[in-house]
Amino acid sequence: MSLELVLQYLVAGLTYGTIYAVVGVGFNIIYNTTGIINFAQGEFVMLGGMTAVTLHAFLPLPLAIAGAVLVTMGVGALIEVTFIRWLWKPSVLRMIVITIGISILVREAALHLWGEQVRALPYFTGDEVTSLDLGGVRFSPQVLWSLGVCLFIVVALWAFFQRTRVGRQMRACAANRDAAILCGIPTRNLVTLSFVLSAGIGALAGAVVSPITYTHYGIGSGLAIKGFTVAVLGGLGNSFAAVAAGFLVGILESFSVWLLPAAYTDAVSVTVFLAILFFRPSGLFGSREIARLKAY
Amino acid sequence: MLRSRYARIALLAVAVVAVQLGAEAAGKPFYLTQLTMAAYYTLVAVGLSLLMGFAGQISIGHAAFFAIGGYASAALTTADLGPLRGKALVDLLARAGALVPRTDVFGGEVLSVHPWAAFVAALALAVAVAFAIGIPVLKLTGHYLAMATLGFGIIVHSIVLGTTSLGSADGLGSVPPFPVLPGLMVGGGKAVRVENYYVAWGLVAVAMLLLTNLVRSRVGRALRAIHGAEDAASSMGVDVARYKLFTFVVSAALAAVGGVFMTHFTATIGPGEASVMKSVRYVAIVAVGGMGSLWGTLVTSAALNFLSLRGVFGTLDDAVFGGILLFVMLFSPDGIVRLDLRAALRAARGRLAPPEEAA
Repeated sequence: MSLELVLQYLVAGLTYGTIYAVVGVGFNIIYNTTGIINFAQGEFVMLGGMTAVTLHAFLPLPLAIAGAVLVTMGVGALIEVTFIRWLWKPSVLRMIVITIGISILVREAALHLWGEQVRALPYFTGDEVTSLDLGGVRFSPQVLWSLGVCLFIVVALWAFFQRTRVGRQMRACAANRDAAILCGIPTRNLVTLSFVLSAGIGALAGAVVSPITYTHYGIGSGLAIKGFTVAVLGGLGNSFAAVAAGFLVGILESFSVWLLPAAYTDAVSVTVFLAILFFRPSGLFGSREIARLKAY
Repeated sequence: MLRSRYARIALLAVAVVAVQLGAEAAGKPFYLTQLTMAAYYTLVAVGLSLLMGFAGQISIGHAAFFAIGGYASAALTTADLGPLRGKALVDLLARAGALVPRTDVFGGEVLSVHPWAAFVAALALAVAVAFAIGIPVLKLTGHYLAMATLGFGIIVHSIVLGTTSLGSADGLGSVPPFPVLPGLMVGGGKAVRVENYYVAWGLVAVAMLLLTNLVRSRVGRALRAIHGAEDAASSMGVDVARYKLFTFVVSAALAAVGGVFMTHFTATIGPGEASVMKSVRYVAIVAVGGMGSLWGTLVTSAALNFLSLRGVFGTLDDAVFGGILLFVMLFSPDGIVRLDLRAALRAARGRLAPPEEAA
């Protein structure tokens, strides 16, 4: 295997890694404020991509993407208000089954709305044959767009959680919900906000990556399990480790094609997931001590 | 009257006969085909009900065991071992009577594994996989358990979908009928529809007898204790891990049996049987039937699977199951059949019955 080929696989892995990373971060945002694993996370990515393609028919590209992000944020808020807000101390198991139900309904609605057709936005720069050459490795400028957007999301979230009042309130809510309530923090609204945020970043990533990975109504559940893999690999609740874990899983998948038939790609990343759960449930970067204290 | 499990099984038998006579009388004998298929799915559902309701463990990957049973049996009974004659293992199997020569659809002579031998092998495979997966998975709880079982289902789905020798997206076809008893076949088309219907529901009745006895035994009491308070059960000397694993394996074996017979009945199996959506369906059925209510699960499974197989839900099929799951989990996480119907019946009886009988 030549060095160029290795680098080529690496670039492909990074592209898919972007989307896994963003889904993983989305899982963490909701998990941190609510303790809920939102299985519908992957559907936000699908909705973002599909809505952007639809809006692009009559809007310029940046507006179409912005519109798709807003629509998906709306859907995120709607899901939280309709199904989650009024539940009183639901068990984790009940919550995950509820979010699985939500993801099925969103997917079926998308199927009826958009059909089974595979869609994609046009390339942001150039077209599908435009490629950049970096030391013998050729890749589409869209890869840079994806990585850039991922970086933007991470930096923006960091700034939001560290520098803004609402962000600090959300961190307080994550650290100790009861104490946050006693301090007068409107935790219920923050839960809605966490759904809106993770819907927004999922939709943005879904739209930006769609020229390379394509999108159709059924991609959500696969992304959800991989995003969860990434979140667990990085240590559940640790958003920035999830980004690293996302790239790791993306690269692993892309190299697995070299050894195994491409049809087994999903099986590879899920096997990694099971292995982590069995041997190191606190994640690669997480601390075992902290993991023991969390409610599994 | 319905307190005794034997009375309930007798009632099931009466209902099965009544439905068959009713279908004939109504001139809709083809309903029996879907009811037969519903029976095989019901085997998975009641097994899962045992796991979810009594051991308190969720599995969103039970379709995988159905598919393991079905695919193993289909692969063994359709593979032609003729060219391998002379190899020690093949000759040994042939001498043991595990191989049968038969004619395939093209008129060629093939030597393949006898369905009963294939059944034993498929069941052994499913049990082995259940053990291997169950030991680490059942240490997890909450969303980790849910996601791990879901992940297991995805692995099996992507393996059957990606393996050419298992037919990839087309699945396996031309699976021969299964001779349950001499002259009694599972599969074999319209002519033996009634026989098939009775074999399938007979199997369900046997499974119910075993399961209802199991939950009333020492094992069942241990399981209920685990479900109620795991730590308390453990401190009373209940081997929690062992009972959970045992239940997981039993429910996986039931799912595999359902898969084997379904495959022989329809003569085909496809990767759709292993899909995540199928697993979610089983969970939805158990949720509606009521966690820990085997009979509720049976009734729900028969009804929902029959309607689904008849195509009543049309293109909304998956949405219906997703919606049902969501609805039950939101409003009545202990199940609809169990809570509301019983309370409604009691209320109705209270209103209708004369006072001295109600007292």
